Amino acid sequence: MIGKLIAISLTAIFVQNFVLVKFLGICPFLGVSKKVDTALGMGMAVTFVMTLASMMTYFCQNYILVPLHIEYMQTIAFIVIIAALVQFVEMFLQKNIPSLYSALGIYLPLITTNCAVLGVALLNIQQNPPYGLLESMVNGFSSGLGFLLAIVLFAGVRERLEFSDIPKSFQGFPIALVSASLLALAFMGFSGMNF
Amino acid sequence: MTAILIPALAIGAVGLVLGALLALAAKVFHVEVDERIEKITGCLSGANCGGCGYAGCSAYAGAIVNDGAPIDRCSAGGQAAVNAIAEIMGVEATAVEPVRAVVMCSGTHENAPDSYDYYGISDCLAASKLQGGGHKECSYGCLGYGKCVDACSEGGISIVDGVASIDGRFCIGCGSCRLVCPKNIIDLVPKKNKIYVKCKSCDKGPAMKNKCSVGCIGCKLCEKACPAGAITVTNFLASIDYSKCTQCGLCVDKCPRGIIINEDAAPAAEAVEAPAAV
Repeated sequence: MIGKLIAISLTAIFVQNFVLVKFLGICPFLGVSKKVDTALGMGMAVTFVMTLASMMTYFCQNYILVPLHIEYMQTIAFIVIIAALVQFVEMFLQKNIPSLYSALGIYLPLITTNCAVLGVALLNIQQNPPYGLLESMVNGFSSGLGFLLAIVLFAGVRERLEFSDIPKSFQGFPIALVSASLLALAFMGFSGMNF
Repeated sequence: MTAILIPALAIGAVGLVLGALLALAAKVFHVEVDERIEKITGCLSGANCGGCGYAGCSAYAGAIVNDGAPIDRCSAGGQAAVNAIAEIMGVEATAVEPVRAVVMCSGTHENAPDSYDYYGISDCLAASKLQGGGHKECSYGCLGYGKCVDACSEGGISIVDGVASIDGRFCIGCGSCRLVCPKNIIDLVPKKNKIYVKCKSCDKGPAMKNKCSVGCIGCKLCEKACPAGAITVTNFLASIDYSKCTQCGLCVDKCPRGIIINEDAAPAAEAVEAPAAV
């Protein structure tokens, strides 16, 4: 069991990295990666939301959707749950960690419709056999860690780009996209690994 | 019929429960927002320059209301902002001395020779970390890679002949340029003071003569000439106490290096009369 959980988390962080291999959650990856500090905050917020979302959607799937035979409603049901969850996290941060709240700014509400969060919820139940509660949460948490790793690495790259002599036509987003693709290429090195 | 009813009811119920929970959370995590904060934010300049020492205009407004921060920190807003804030907060307005930033270096390409050619990253901080604190012979001088140019929210700084130059008409006195300058050669000078020493070199006289043709050599002629006692020479560098300076301009005439600048270049006749007022 422990071995399987470790395999799930290693796969989610490196082999099937959400951002750099599956290309989910690109919006915050590009939007909040200008500084390592905010990238770290965003990564932690996403990790937190992903773990909770995995848990909540597991309950929703197994105690509401499956017994009623309405599994086809899962996208809508999951979006509702994730939206409520993000709203809750936002209220919590505004009250208790205002600095992180203002640092995340517009990107926190954007987690609501973040395909990475919905993706992890849907992928959990599409496994064969579907993940159990613990496996779902480990998968959600490690996928979040993978996102955190990717966004912090990328923020480090972008901080260094600030000091480079970049041709005018490449300044700003073009060079960011080029470096993101190079980072993704590096993660391709993990592909095919099986645990 | 049930094929539609069941999913609609189930999802509706999920939504209802979540909605109720959120409503509860909104009560629990409710944050009181003082309406004065918004009003004060409106009075400030809105430049978000950070000159007040806070993260931005709204952060400063929050600090005034919540932490009792002084109300005269917004140099961009000036006296008008202080008066408006004083009215909102119900305290007495204090007088602010409007300031503007001045680059205290005259080491243009012509005046201050380079000791080596620099081809590295075009950034003041990077250049200043190298041997001798930069490529100029004078280790105190402006490197001219425009760290301050980027920091200025008003676009009032340009590099002229290898030295940063601040256009006083645009300067709002926020001091952002001062914070980023690795050589610490940008000073905030009260707007009414037109006379200042445009040099930051602490090198001794003979050494200075080889490094810059105009830099301050610490000869103390200005210190002796000043009738108001506003000038002191420490570490071979003259500095003017702006609160004591009467703008008489005697030091400007006396300086053998021409490094004390009078922006207005006021006529000498006025200058002689002025000290009597002190």
